[in-house]
Amino acid sequence: MMACLLEAPLRISVLSEVTATSRHYVDRLFDADPQNVLQGVIDMKNAVIGNNKQKANLIVLGAVPRLLYLLQQSSSSLELRTECAVVLGSLAMGTENNIKSLVDCHIIPALLQGLLCSDLIFIEACLRCLRTVFISPVTPVQLLYTDPTVIPHLMSLLSRSRHTQEYITQIFAHCCKTPEHQTVLFNHGAIQNIAPLLISPSDKVRMQALKCFSVLAYENTQVSMTLVNVLVDGEQLSQVFVRMMQRDKPIEMQLTAAKCLTYMCRAGAIRTDDNCIVLKTLPCLVRMCSKERLLEERVEGAETLAYLMEPDVELQRIASVTDHLVSMLADYFKYPSSVSAITDIKRLDHDLKHAHELRQAAFKLYASLGSNDEDIRKKITETENMMDRIVSGLSESSIKVRLAAVRCLHSLSRSVQQLRTSFHDHAVWKPLMKLLQNAPDEVLVMASSTLCNLLLEFSPSKEPILDSGVIELLCSLTQSDSPALRVNGIWALMNMAFQADQKVKVEIVRALGTEQLFRLLSDPDTNVLMKTLGLLRNLLSTRPHIDQIMSSHGKQIMQAVTLILEGEHSIEVKEQTLCILANIADGNTAKELIMTNDDMLQKIKYYMGHSNVKLQLAATFCISNLIWNEEDGSQERQDKLKDMGFVDILHKLTQASDPNLCDRAKTAMQQYLA
Amino acid sequence: MQCNICSVLSKMAELGAGSLLTGDPAFNYQEHELNERLKRLYPAVNEEETPLPRSWSPKDKYSYIGLSQNNLRVHYKGHGKNHKDAASVRATHPIPAACGIYYFEVKIVSKGRDGYMGIGLSAQGVNMNRLPGWDKHSYGYHGDDGHSFCSSGTGQPYGPTFTTGDVIGCCVNLINNTCFYTKNGHTLSFCPCLSFQPNLYPTVGLQTPGEIVDANFGQQPFVFDIEDYMSEWRAKIHSMIARFPIGERLGDWQAVLQNMVSSYLVHHGYCATAMTFARATETMIQEDQTSIKNRQRIQKLVLAGRVGEAIDATQQLYPGLLEHDPNLLFMLKCRQFVEMVNGTDSEVRCFSARSPKSQDSYPGSPNLSPRHGATNAHLHNTGADSPTCSNGVTPTNKNKSHNKYTGVSSASSSPSSSPSSVNYSESNSTDSTKSQPHSATSNQETSDSEMEIEAEHYSNGVTESSTRIMNGTYKHQEILQADDNSVDDSCSSRQLCGGNQAATERMIQFGRELQALSEQLCRQYGKNATHKKMLQDAFSLLAYSDPWNCPVGQQLDPMQREAICSALNSAILESQNLPKQPPLMLALGQATECVQLMAKVRSGSCSFARVDNFLH
Repeated sequence: MMACLLEAPLRISVLSEVTATSRHYVDRLFDADPQNVLQGVIDMKNAVIGNNKQKANLIVLGAVPRLLYLLQQSSSSLELRTECAVVLGSLAMGTENNIKSLVDCHIIPALLQGLLCSDLIFIEACLRCLRTVFISPVTPVQLLYTDPTVIPHLMSLLSRSRHTQEYITQIFAHCCKTPEHQTVLFNHGAIQNIAPLLISPSDKVRMQALKCFSVLAYENTQVSMTLVNVLVDGEQLSQVFVRMMQRDKPIEMQLTAAKCLTYMCRAGAIRTDDNCIVLKTLPCLVRMCSKERLLEERVEGAETLAYLMEPDVELQRIASVTDHLVSMLADYFKYPSSVSAITDIKRLDHDLKHAHELRQAAFKLYASLGSNDEDIRKKITETENMMDRIVSGLSESSIKVRLAAVRCLHSLSRSVQQLRTSFHDHAVWKPLMKLLQNAPDEVLVMASSTLCNLLLEFSPSKEPILDSGVIELLCSLTQSDSPALRVNGIWALMNMAFQADQKVKVEIVRALGTEQLFRLLSDPDTNVLMKTLGLLRNLLSTRPHIDQIMSSHGKQIMQAVTLILEGEHSIEVKEQTLCILANIADGNTAKELIMTNDDMLQKIKYYMGHSNVKLQLAATFCISNLIWNEEDGSQERQDKLKDMGFVDILHKLTQASDPNLCDRAKTAMQQYLA
Repeated sequence: MQCNICSVLSKMAELGAGSLLTGDPAFNYQEHELNERLKRLYPAVNEEETPLPRSWSPKDKYSYIGLSQNNLRVHYKGHGKNHKDAASVRATHPIPAACGIYYFEVKIVSKGRDGYMGIGLSAQGVNMNRLPGWDKHSYGYHGDDGHSFCSSGTGQPYGPTFTTGDVIGCCVNLINNTCFYTKNGHTLSFCPCLSFQPNLYPTVGLQTPGEIVDANFGQQPFVFDIEDYMSEWRAKIHSMIARFPIGERLGDWQAVLQNMVSSYLVHHGYCATAMTFARATETMIQEDQTSIKNRQRIQKLVLAGRVGEAIDATQQLYPGLLEHDPNLLFMLKCRQFVEMVNGTDSEVRCFSARSPKSQDSYPGSPNLSPRHGATNAHLHNTGADSPTCSNGVTPTNKNKSHNKYTGVSSASSSPSSSPSSVNYSESNSTDSTKSQPHSATSNQETSDSEMEIEAEHYSNGVTESSTRIMNGTYKHQEILQADDNSVDDSCSSRQLCGGNQAATERMIQFGRELQALSEQLCRQYGKNATHKKMLQDAFSLLAYSDPWNCPVGQQLDPMQREAICSALNSAILESQNLPKQPPLMLALGQATECVQLMAKVRSGSCSFARVDNFLH
C-alpha cells in the first residue's frame, strides 16, 4: 500500500474534500462483515464509473492492494472476488498513470492467477481488466510471457465464451511484438485456436481475431506458410480474408485483412500474381490511401501497400495506374492544411500529429512504386513539387521522414534520366551530403547508396559533389562496422574513380591509404571485395595513371593480386582481379612488374587454360597487352613469353568455341606475326 | 415484404425478351445468365419502363461499324485514313437511373492497325461518325493515348493506354454523378468529366481497320468486382438513412412511432394487444374498445365465408352504412352468393346435415396475419410471386398494378389454397353470440392476444369505385391442426352448396334477389360494368359441374374474401370518421412510391434505398 502512496506524491496535494468520501469507500473494504465489504465494493464500482478523479483518489488512498487482496483470498465469496475484478477493470480504464499504479501493485500476476478459477463470470471480469491493462502502451508486454503456463491457459480459455474470445485475442494482438512472441503463440496453437473465431457471430471477436493474424504473420514465414493451408469452415483462410476486405465491411477490418494477405504474400505463401493480391488486396490498399479515409488509415494503407509491392514490378505498375495513386499521394504533403490552421485548433493539432507520419508513408510508397519502372519514376518526379518535397524531407527533424525521403530519392536515383535532369536541377546532392555528415546507420546506408548513383560518370552532380569533400567522407564509411556502409563507401569511390582525372585518383588513393585498401581486399563481405577490385581497376586505367600508381604502390598491388588469385574466391572475383592485371599489363613501366614475376606469369598461363571462358578471356587479354607490338621492348616480352609456352596456348585458343576468346587469341597471335 | 410489382413486371419483361430468342441453347444459357445478373445488379430497375442495355444497336451506328455475335461484337469496316473515318455504335437502350450504379465492359479483341478505340458514353443523337468523347454529351476513354475525352476534341491525361487483350470497363455512378473506367479489373480513378447528361448510352468508337471489340453488358461475369463497389454504396446510403438526423424531435419521433404501431393494431382489430400496448406506452386509442371488437367480429365473419351474417351484423351495428354504399353492399352480396356455392355461408350451412362436431368448423379463409419476418413459422411461402401490392398514389399506375395482382394471384393458387382445403377453426368468437347459434365458447381476451390465429388483412389502396389495391403479403397458411373434419371437408364437401338440395334452392333464390338488386342499382345509378362482370363471374360458377375446377373457380378461393373484408373494414372506419387505412401502411406505401418517383426523376440513390431493405 505504501508503494502506491509513494507512487504519486504530487497528487496528494491535489486531494481536497473529495478525499473524505473516497476514504470512506476504502475504509469499507476493511469492514469485518464480509457482507458490508461486498456492498462497499459494489458502491465503489458505481462511484468510479466514468469518474477519473475518483479513480485517482482511490488509487492514492490504497484501494488497489486491498482489492487485490480480496480478489485473491480464497475465503472471499466468488461474488466479492468478481466485483473486485470489475472495480479494478474500471480503475484501469482511467489514465495511463492509473495503469502504471495497477501494474506496480502486481495486478497482472494476481489476475492471471484468477484465471485458474472455474467460474466463468469471474474469469471474464479478470480478463476484461487484463485486457485493459495490456492494451495500454505503458504496460510492459513481456509480463504476458514471464510465466510459461499463461499462454497455454489463455488458449484453453478461448472456447469458454465470446467475451473470453474477445479479450484474449485482443491481448494477443497487442502483446505480439517480436518474432519470439510470434513463435511462442504459434507453438501454443494460436492459429488453430483463433482461426475459427474469424467467422464468429460477434463483430468484435472477428475483428480481434483478424488483428491477431496480422501481428502473427508479420515478417514470419513459418506462420504465413501455415496460414495458407488453414481452412475455416471448409473455406481457405485467404478467401476469408478476401471477404473481410469487401467494401461494405468496416474500414478497420478491410485494412487489417489486407495486411494479413500482404504479410502472407511477402513471406512467399501467396504468389504476387494471385488474384487475391492483384484484384483484391492491392486495390483495397489503394483505397485506404484515398482522401476519404482517416489520416491514420491512410498512413497504414500506404505503408502496407509499399511493403506489398516492393519486390514486384508488375504490382508496382498496376498500383501506379490505379485510382491515380501517384497524384493521390501528393495530398499526403498537405498537412496541416492552411485552412485548418486558422479555423480549427483541434484539427490543426490532429493534422500536426499525423503530418510526419503521412509524409514518411508517402515517401515510402513512392520509393516502392519507383523502384523498378522508369515510366513510374518519371510520373513521380513530375508530380507537383515532388523534388522540392524530397529535398525538404531530407532535412526534416523527424528521422522517420528523413529516412523515407532518402529511400524515395534512392529509388528515383536508379533512373539515368532523372539523374541527368531533375536531380541536377534541384541540387539534391546538397541536402544529401548534409544528411551524410551526421546520421544514424540506417539513414547513412540509404544516403550513401543514393550517393553512389549520383557519382556515376554521366551524372551532372558528380562534379559539385567531388568539390564538396566527399572523398574523406566515403573513406570513413569504408571503415564502418556495417558491411552495407562499407560496400556503399567503396562503391561510391569506385564510381567516382571511373574515368576520373589523375588528381581525383591520387586523392582517392591518398585519402583511403593503401593499408585500408588492402584491408578491404580481405574483407569478409564479397560485395566489398568486388567493389574494391572495381575501384582498383578504375584507378588503373589510362597508361600514365597506371604507371604512376604502380610506381608508388606496385609492390602491394601485386601482392594483393597474387593473394586473391591464390585464394578461394568466386569466378567473378578472380575475373575482376585478372582484369586488374590486364590493366597493369597495359602500362608502360608497370608491365615490367608482371614480366619480372614468373610466378605471376605462371598464374596467367593457368587461367588461360581454365575451364571458365571468362577467366580465359581476361588472362588472354593480359597476355595480349604484354606482347603488344607498338610498345618499347615488345620483342623481348614476346620472346620470353614464347619461351614460356604462351604461343602454344594462344594457338590452341584460336580454335576455341567461344568466338570472343577465339578473336582475342587471334589478335594476340598477330602480334607475333607482325 | 417485397416490392412485388417490380419483380412481377421484370419477370414478365424477361419472359417477353426470352420469347424473342433463337433456339440456340448456348445463347439461351447466356441470356439466362444475363437476366440473372442484371436482376441481381439492378433490382430497382423496372425493365418494362426502362429496359437495360443488352447489346449494341444495329440501327444506332455509323455505317463503318459492323456487328456480329448477337450484336455484341463490334468491328471496323471503314477506310480508317484519318479521324474523319471514325465510327461509333450505341447500345440499344440508355442507362436507367434506377440502376444507381451501372457498369459494362469491353474486351479489346484486336487493336487493328492503330488501336484508336474509344470506350464511353453518349447521348442519343450525338454524331456517330466520331469517337465517344469528342462531341457535346459524349464521353470516352481512348486506347491510343490513355486520355479521357469529356465532350471535347482534346483529351486530358487520364490512364494507361490499352490494347489487344485488355478489358476496359466503364462505371457510371448515378448517385453522385461520376464516372470511372477500369482496366483489367483495376479502377482508374474518377474521370475528370464534371457533369453527366441523363439518358446516356454505352458507346464504343473505332477508327482503323482490324479493330474488334466485344461488349459484356452482363452476359459474363465482369473482370472488375462491380458488386463489391455497389456494396460500398449500398452501405453508404443505408448508413445515411440510419443516421438521418432527427435533432430535437426525438420525443415527437417516439410518439409518432407509438401511434403508428397502436393505430395499426387498432385498425386490424387486435383489441387486447392494442390495449396492452396503449397501457405500456401510455398512449390513447381513438376508437373505443367495443367498436374495435365489433369490427373484428365482422371481419372474422367475412373471412370465414359467412358473408350473410357479416352483412346482418354490419347493418345492425352500423345502420345506414351499407344503404349509403350500394357498391359495397353489392360486392358483399356477390361474395355471399359465391360463399353459398362454396357451402360456407350460413344461409346454406343451416341446411347441411353434419355431425355435431363439425358445427364448429367452417371452411374458411386462411388465417392471415401481417408477415413479421421469418418469425412467423406458420407461413409457407408460395414463391416469389406472392402478391404484395403497394399503395398507389398515382391513379394510372394503380389499375395496372391491380391487374397484375390478380393475374399473379391466380397463378399462385397452389393446391393448398383450394377453397375447402383449409379450415378456419372458429374458436374465438364469443363476442358474436347473438347471431351465432353454434359458436364455441372461448375467452375473447385470450384469443385476441394470440395474433397469429386471428384472421385479418389490410388494404392500402384507394377505395374509390371498385379498384381496390391490397397491400400486404398474402401467404397461404398451413394450419397444422389435425382436424378430421377439415380433411372431411376438403374431400367430401366439395359439392354445390354442400350438396344439400334445400340449400341449392336457397342459393338460386338468392341469385334471383342479387339479379334484382343489380337491376335496381342499374336503374338508380346507371350501368356499372364492374358489377355486371362480378355478377356474371359469380353466376358462371353454376355452369360447371365442379365449380372448384373451372375457369372461374378461383372465386371460390378463400383468399378472395380478403379484398372485400378489407373494403368493409375501411368503410366502417370511414363511417366512424376514422382513417380507412392505418398510417403505418400509408407511410409504407408513400415511401415505396417515393422511391419509384426518385427513379423517374433520375435520383440514382433510389436503387439502394429500397423499402424492402428496411422491412424485416
